[in-house]
Amino acid sequence: MSGVAEWFRWLNSAHGINLSIFYDGFDQRRFVTGLETTLGLSLACVLASFALGVLGAWLQGSRSPLVRGGVRCYVEFFRNTPPLVQLLFFYFAVGTLLPTLPDGTAGGRPLISNVGWAIISLSLFAGAHNVEIFRSGIEAVPRAMREAAEALGHSRLQIFRLIVFPLAFRISLPAFNNNLVNLVKTTTLAYAIAVPELLYASAQIWSESFNVKEMMNILLLVYLALIALVVWGMAWLERRLRIPGYSV
Amino acid sequence: MRARSGRSAASEIMTLLDPRWLRALCLLSVCLLPVSLALAQAKAAPGSESILAGVLRWLPLVFSGFLFNLLVSVLSMALGTALGVGLGLGLIARGTPTRVMSLGAMQFFRNAPWLVLLFYAMFLIPYQITLFGRTVPFPDWIKAVIGLALPVMANISEIVRGGVLSIPAGQWESARGLAFTRRQILWLVIIPQAVRRMIPPWMNLYATLTMATPLISIVGVQDGLTMTRSALVAEGRPELFLPMYLALLIMFFAFCYPVALTTRALERRFEAQT
Repeated sequence: MSGVAEWFRWLNSAHGINLSIFYDGFDQRRFVTGLETTLGLSLACVLASFALGVLGAWLQGSRSPLVRGGVRCYVEFFRNTPPLVQLLFFYFAVGTLLPTLPDGTAGGRPLISNVGWAIISLSLFAGAHNVEIFRSGIEAVPRAMREAAEALGHSRLQIFRLIVFPLAFRISLPAFNNNLVNLVKTTTLAYAIAVPELLYASAQIWSESFNVKEMMNILLLVYLALIALVVWGMAWLERRLRIPGYSV
Repeated sequence: MRARSGRSAASEIMTLLDPRWLRALCLLSVCLLPVSLALAQAKAAPGSESILAGVLRWLPLVFSGFLFNLLVSVLSMALGTALGVGLGLGLIARGTPTRVMSLGAMQFFRNAPWLVLLFYAMFLIPYQITLFGRTVPFPDWIKAVIGLALPVMANISEIVRGGVLSIPAGQWESARGLAFTRRQILWLVIIPQAVRRMIPPWMNLYATLTMATPLISIVGVQDGLTMTRSALVAEGRPELFLPMYLALLIMFFAFCYPVALTTRALERRFEAQT
């Protein structure tokens, strides 16, 4: 390991290419923490937005026009406003309305941390897209399938859970994958509320070690690798879940 | 081989605009804003100036900033489209090196986060360029336009490729039978037909770009979001946060929602025709 560090130190002194994350322990820890935060943030948002998407798609099939209208409003509002402004709206505007927890200091600890708000806001944004994606998947499930299930005496929830949604999920998987990739890219917005994710960590490193160019390139490569991982993983899932005769 | 012309595109789009977005907008401003104002008023210290007066004082400034967001979105879209058409034609070129290089560029700029590309452009484009003894300054906002145009370019190239490939092979073959050259086939036969199919995804991308423009405030360009934040700092009243951010969100919604509705209507129309 020290050989690698030595080589990068030499690279810096001989060629002026300063990749401090490979030889400076402090920068390295910051970068790794940033990577972990980005991964954790992405994972939490993927799970939460998936749950929101399923819930929204289920509620959109509701008999009450009020519930359907509510879901519609949620989807349209979050799909047609900038995610960054949504994030700041939640963090600064909604966050200040909530009570604070006493922790001994004057201001107290906020009820929801910046990481918490980032997860909530990004999940709501991606969730709105997921509702729309799953809805079109559900529409693509043949009517006869639902009718057959009804004839067999399944309840509405059973039909959704056991028959319609599994098929709809498979049909909407390509669009869902696209949204996942977008979600991973959108986690960079958390930079704006000082969540120490990859971009934030890199910005700290380049402003202290004066290696903007090197860190920029590393940052781009790391994100491309992350996205490639997601794309490969989801392509594998698509192949695994292929339904013969469904052309998906 | 040519697509039917019919009415002008503008009038076609106008007829597609339904009053739904107006209803949605009214609903938003009638329900959400007063609620937020009331919530803010409840939080305000007694005896201080009313929340509504505070919001109204800053609204013109925020709106002018929002108009700047729209200007940036239009410029980025124009630049991104011009570059993207070139890259898209590179994606369907017959020469393997051109195709592979275009594919690499497309994948790179499409998969990198927008904010990271924006940082990239802001830091790595020089603040001025000397060409033939003339110094051309590069202000921050132009660099931001370029930074946003990069991902737009990559997405446009994919739209162009998809559009061209969606035209049946018979069109190519019959045009070749009439002794058109490849360039003539592309520009006179294929692209005029493909443009119609490219319009909905192109508009979708424009809406996405418009919603990405507040990112430029992170890298220090003064846009609607910057104006909102400085107004809030100037006022120093946390209870103003809710109505002010909501007002900015509604401005974007009022612009992006009709674009989304028109896109959907166009998609349905093209689906019904083909």
